[in-house]
Amino acid sequence: MKNYEVTFIVDPVLSGDEIKQAAQTYQDMLEQEQCKIVHVERMGLRQLAYPINRRSSGVYFCIEFETETGNFIPKMDLSFRRDERIMRFLTIKLDKYGVKYNDDKRKGLIGKKRTEEETVVPVVAKAPPVKAEKKPPVKEETASVTTPIAKSEEE
Amino acid sequence: MASRDDIKFLNNPNIGQKHKKYCRFKKFGIRHIDYKDPDFLLQFVNEQGKILPRRLTGNSLKYQKRVAIAIKRARLLSLMPYVTDLYK
Repeated sequence: MKNYEVTFIVDPVLSGDEIKQAAQTYQDMLEQEQCKIVHVERMGLRQLAYPINRRSSGVYFCIEFETETGNFIPKMDLSFRRDERIMRFLTIKLDKYGVKYNDDKRKGLIGKKRTEEETVVPVVAKAPPVKAEKKPPVKEETASVTTPIAKSEEE
Repeated sequence: MASRDDIKFLNNPNIGQKHKKYCRFKKFGIRHIDYKDPDFLLQFVNEQGKILPRRLTGNSLKYQKRVAIAIKRARLLSLMPYVTDLYK
């Protein structure tokens, strides 16, 4: 058994249903290939760190799955490339620590506690908002370096 | 006898004291570095988004390599920038 994880960004211009459908397409495809889907994480609409295809935000999905062989993965990557709804994707193989990490994260042992609704595999969650023209938050940098220097005593 | 508190120094003697660096992954038993967590990876880049060297972060070789891979994956997925200014 090998564990893989595929993360992809869906174009936010599509409607909520279309976005769900895009994610569902790949879920179905994995199931067809006799994969066991461990978890689907909907990371939701996020601001991109740099523009891709003139979009400043994207809808992130992450599917973790288990399979006997990884033979179909090149095929899946190809269909990601051909799909115009997908802006970017990344498939990685997880080692045992990665699997454990994801498992712990789902149980809420790592980092912040997340709300339930959005992390369940049978999809009943609400559609993410489609409007996507936010300006990236510009962080104000206050470069104030304080060096504590003991004052010399003056007599 | 004057104690150490009574002695006036021209410069703060606490400046320049060396603290032993350590690898936080070894110390806290972190075995997997998640590329989907840009807030965590932020600790290992400078203001321009460049990966900091081991010399500064104190990571062991094994985990520095994994940090670098995680940052590069985060960059690909646009979770972190390739080049920027005033990132922190």
